[in-house]
Amino acid sequence: MHLMENIVLALAALQANKMRAMLTMIGIVIGIASVIAIVSIGNSLTTSITETMESMGANKIMVSIRERGEEGRRGGPGMSGSEEEPEESDLLSDDDLETFMEHFSDKVETISLSYSVGSAKAQDGRLYANVNVTGANDGYATANNVELVSGRFIAEKDVKALKKVAVVSDRLVDNMFTAGTDPLGQEVKIYYDETIETYTIVGVYEYEASDFAPSSASEKDTTTSLYIPISLAKQDAETENYQSLTVITKTGVEVAFFSEELETYFDKIYERNTDWEAGVMNMESAIDNMTSMLNTVSIAVAVIAAISLLVGGIGVMNIMLVSVTERTREIGTRKALGARSSYIRAQFIVESVIICVFGGIIGIILGLLIGALGANLLGYPATASAAVIVISVSVTVLIGIFFGYYPANKAAKLDPIEALRYE
Amino acid sequence: MSEIMIDIRNLVKKVFIGSPNELKILKNITMTIHKGEFVSIVGASGSGKTTLMNVIGALDRPTSGEYLLEGEAMQEKSDNDLSDIRNKKIGFVFQTFNLIPRNSALKNVELPMLYAGINRHQRMQRAKELLELVGMSERMYHLPNELSGGEKQRVAISRALSNDPAIVLADEPTGALDSVTGRVVMDLFHKVHETKGTTVVLITHNYELAEETERILTIKDGRIVDEKKNPHSSLAKSGVE
Repeated sequence: MHLMENIVLALAALQANKMRAMLTMIGIVIGIASVIAIVSIGNSLTTSITETMESMGANKIMVSIRERGEEGRRGGPGMSGSEEEPEESDLLSDDDLETFMEHFSDKVETISLSYSVGSAKAQDGRLYANVNVTGANDGYATANNVELVSGRFIAEKDVKALKKVAVVSDRLVDNMFTAGTDPLGQEVKIYYDETIETYTIVGVYEYEASDFAPSSASEKDTTTSLYIPISLAKQDAETENYQSLTVITKTGVEVAFFSEELETYFDKIYERNTDWEAGVMNMESAIDNMTSMLNTVSIAVAVIAAISLLVGGIGVMNIMLVSVTERTREIGTRKALGARSSYIRAQFIVESVIICVFGGIIGIILGLLIGALGANLLGYPATASAAVIVISVSVTVLIGIFFGYYPANKAAKLDPIEALRYE
Repeated sequence: MSEIMIDIRNLVKKVFIGSPNELKILKNITMTIHKGEFVSIVGASGSGKTTLMNVIGALDRPTSGEYLLEGEAMQEKSDNDLSDIRNKKIGFVFQTFNLIPRNSALKNVELPMLYAGINRHQRMQRAKELLELVGMSERMYHLPNELSGGEKQRVAISRALSNDPAIVLADEPTGALDSVTGRVVMDLFHKVHETKGTTVVLITHNYELAEETERILTIKDGRIVDEKKNPHSSLAKSGVE
């Protein structure tokens, strides 16, 4: 008695009860589909987010001053919904930062500070370029992956001496200067709302169009960042101190561990401040948060899928028991014709496995479709996992064997005389 | 005297053994059936004839006593051995046909050969020959519910013959048929018996049918009460039921 014959027999039996077989499969279909879908979506999400975050740099730690009790709200001051403005004394001063740098000189490569001045226009006769003026220190370029094409970035001496220098984008250079002119050392006039300032260009960086905020403006009108020394930018600002900074750690520093150290350090500084505190966040912890959140979702879905598969399996068992009862006479006949018990058992187990595997295949197809659709909606490429598909098929086979065994065994053990007499 | 096919000695069959309503269905049955014989076992319902058939057909084991089939002691066989014996040595024909409903006539006839491990090609070849023998070649791809009662029984007879069994055991084969189709089925048994020399055991409550066979064993209350040779066996071919 070959497996092939059993499969043919089982297919014939299922074909005779198509609707019933379909309904029985539903539990298995839902179970497998949900696993495949969530794994596909989860995979693409994790890959994309991890890539994005890693490109931002895993060796960065963000420190921002926030109102107490705002831990829940991630990110810098821009995202905080508070109307309360921090007092000058609540923020970090140059002295604070200097002390900080000295204290952690062995672990901190540099710190990045920035202050947004606002949008302005560079103009020279009929030539112009839209800019966003940002005050930056020397660490900013490292922290924000500013790629220099030529020249240098804002240096510490520029900040200290309040030098009127600027680092501009290659776009601005294209807009403002004739091809072939060396922009370094050239002057650029920036028209603010009320004033006009002139800066000497010391560096040119490569402008990268952001994926997240695609500009509809033409290339010529694209607004690019123009960096000036932060001290210069802060001259007219209400506060001289800093609300946020990014710490770049030296290579080999355990970022997660160092973050905790920083937390302790800043907690001490803000110990007596009743309204404000320093929040410390790093990319690694952000990625960890993301991953653990995805893991939680995956576990939840896995549990739902497991329940669904269990219920599906019980459904299969139930239908197989019905099938055995319905076919009692047939089983008796087969036994009278010389079928050994093991043949009968194999026949019913194969039937149960086929129901489960069909359900599994439909589930996989459905799951892949949902996964692709979901990933598409989220804007990430869908990543199907071959391993998960192989595992799914194996699991359905196992479910078929496990839940098919009891009914099959019941069929195999039927007394042929009783079975033949069954009406 | 020709070879002994079935040799039963002091066979006892009890049911509900050990319980208060223990029942002795077969009481010290001793009988022999020779190879190539056409024998009928006649008895009223409740006489134990079906139980006797089950024991002869290796579907059941005797409680005590001996049953030798072609010299082999059946009471010592394992379940798998009994399955194989039913498969190769016994051909069952039931009153209610018992064809597998989803299988065509051809597939039904192939089934015992499938269990015997015969390959697909040979199975189909032989099944076709057997269906031709019973005059069912025209309808071999039909499902049982597309066949009449007589046709079903002819398919069942083909199936019983598929592994060339030592005995064909027919339990009330005409019981569910009208007299005309019953006649056709009985003629078929005679044909099989005469052309193939197969041993046929007919179990029935109908004396008229039994009169057609070579030897009649009468069973009553679990005992063989009468045994007679029938000189007119193959001549008396009229009036079924």
